Amino acid sequence: MSYEQLQTDEQGRLRHFLSIEGFRREQLLQILDTAESFAMLPGRQVKKVPLLRGKIITNLFFENSTRTRTTFELAAKLLSADVINFNMDVSATSKGETLLDTLRNIEAMHSDMFVVRHSASGAAHFIARHAAPGVSIINAGDGCHAHPTQAMLDMFTIRRHKGDFTPLRIAIVGDVQHSRVARSQIMALNILGVSEVRVIAPRTLLPADVRTLGVHVFHDLEQGLKDVDVVIMLRLQHERMDNALLPSAHEYFQLYGLTAERLEYAKPDAIVMHPGPINRGVEITSEVADGPQSVILQQVSYGIAIRMAVMSMALGNSSGEQGS
Amino acid sequence: MSNRSFMQHQAILDLIQGMARITRRHLRDKRINQPAMIGIHTGGVWVAQRLHQLLQIEPPLGKLDISFYRDDFTRIGMNPQVKPSQIPFAVEDQHIVLVDDVIQSGRTIRAAMNEIFDFGRPASITLVTLIERSGRELPIQPDIIGLEPPLADDEHIRLQGPDPLILQINGDPGNRGDA
Repeated sequence: MSYEQLQTDEQGRLRHFLSIEGFRREQLLQILDTAESFAMLPGRQVKKVPLLRGKIITNLFFENSTRTRTTFELAAKLLSADVINFNMDVSATSKGETLLDTLRNIEAMHSDMFVVRHSASGAAHFIARHAAPGVSIINAGDGCHAHPTQAMLDMFTIRRHKGDFTPLRIAIVGDVQHSRVARSQIMALNILGVSEVRVIAPRTLLPADVRTLGVHVFHDLEQGLKDVDVVIMLRLQHERMDNALLPSAHEYFQLYGLTAERLEYAKPDAIVMHPGPINRGVEITSEVADGPQSVILQQVSYGIAIRMAVMSMALGNSSGEQGS
Repeated sequence: MSNRSFMQHQAILDLIQGMARITRRHLRDKRINQPAMIGIHTGGVWVAQRLHQLLQIEPPLGKLDISFYRDDFTRIGMNPQVKPSQIPFAVEDQHIVLVDDVIQSGRTIRAAMNEIFDFGRPASITLVTLIERSGRELPIQPDIIGLEPPLADDEHIRLQGPDPLILQINGDPGNRGDA
């Protein structure tokens, strides 16, 4: 079953959120608009809304991630849902249980939604195909495939700072090859209709078919940054060095590290983004990461609003089917 | 099913003018000197904008979108056009005039009051609606109404706007009077 068929119901409403693939522009904009309303909540005396009262949301993390899991947990709690955290890294799978058995066990606990992170590409999709009807699945990162809520919070951050997507020129810098974030970002940016998406990376960190994603490829950072409105830095993972894709972190920084001098090639009002956690002195200097153009910490706050939007839209629609 | 215009812009403005007069007297009787006003999206905001001006209320107008407080969320899902709620004054200990276009079941007002309390504990809430109609499902009554048209159960009344404002009725007037 394609992503398109699986992720929405007959009316095009959200059921699961597994990948940016298959969504139309209006659907992505609706997620951003809904998140806009949730972003207002921190200014109130009571920060919660009662939308998902009585729902149970299970965080199913087969791969460690404190930040993503925490923002999903907080988002669920601000929607008044009850949250269960399963850290499968140290749980059942290490005892030999299959993914499907794990799923059935947790379903028996009457969960309404699974937030899934897994090191294997396609894991969330697999779970969505086998989950009981009425249970929604949110992909919180699967292998090198997709991380759609991260991409949407990045789109939200860009829209908050730049307004309209259409005139924007955006550069994504770093390990595109292994980055599920980059793949989801590129898809979202193209669906939302930005003027140009550039990827800037050494050849060893680019997928062979990268141009088919609809991007312009640069191997020189300064050339690639010229006149961009948004710079998205990717995290360099240390295991890439072990795999001999890169000589050393130091050499990577020399060629692809974002410094204040290099940032001057971008537009003067360009914003700098990073999905975190950042490697200071490897892909970005502290001067830039903490500088006036950095919106890295805002990305974290916006992540909560985006996850609230996706969770409430998916759960509202799934229970709609059950109720009728 | 017929769709017909029930009241046009100028008549609605006259109605709101009258509501402003009654609201002013009501607030005076209750010794409320400095009220703040909140309109409920979307029609309630249009009515509230005019009342707010007529009553010369000082704090800027608040706007509520009650989508996150609806009791039928699990049946109908997320409103695809949810707008941010904005209350640009402190709700705590504030006398509030809450404005909506039509009151029928009372569920919207229930949701709005719950949301207001999440901004703080108001000193009081006075409810003003342009149209009151039958069909209450909760013990909620407006303090001030503009008009109470005799509608059949199958008829629906909607305020369209913001400029011009038009009250539109659709549905079958056949069993009017049975209600």
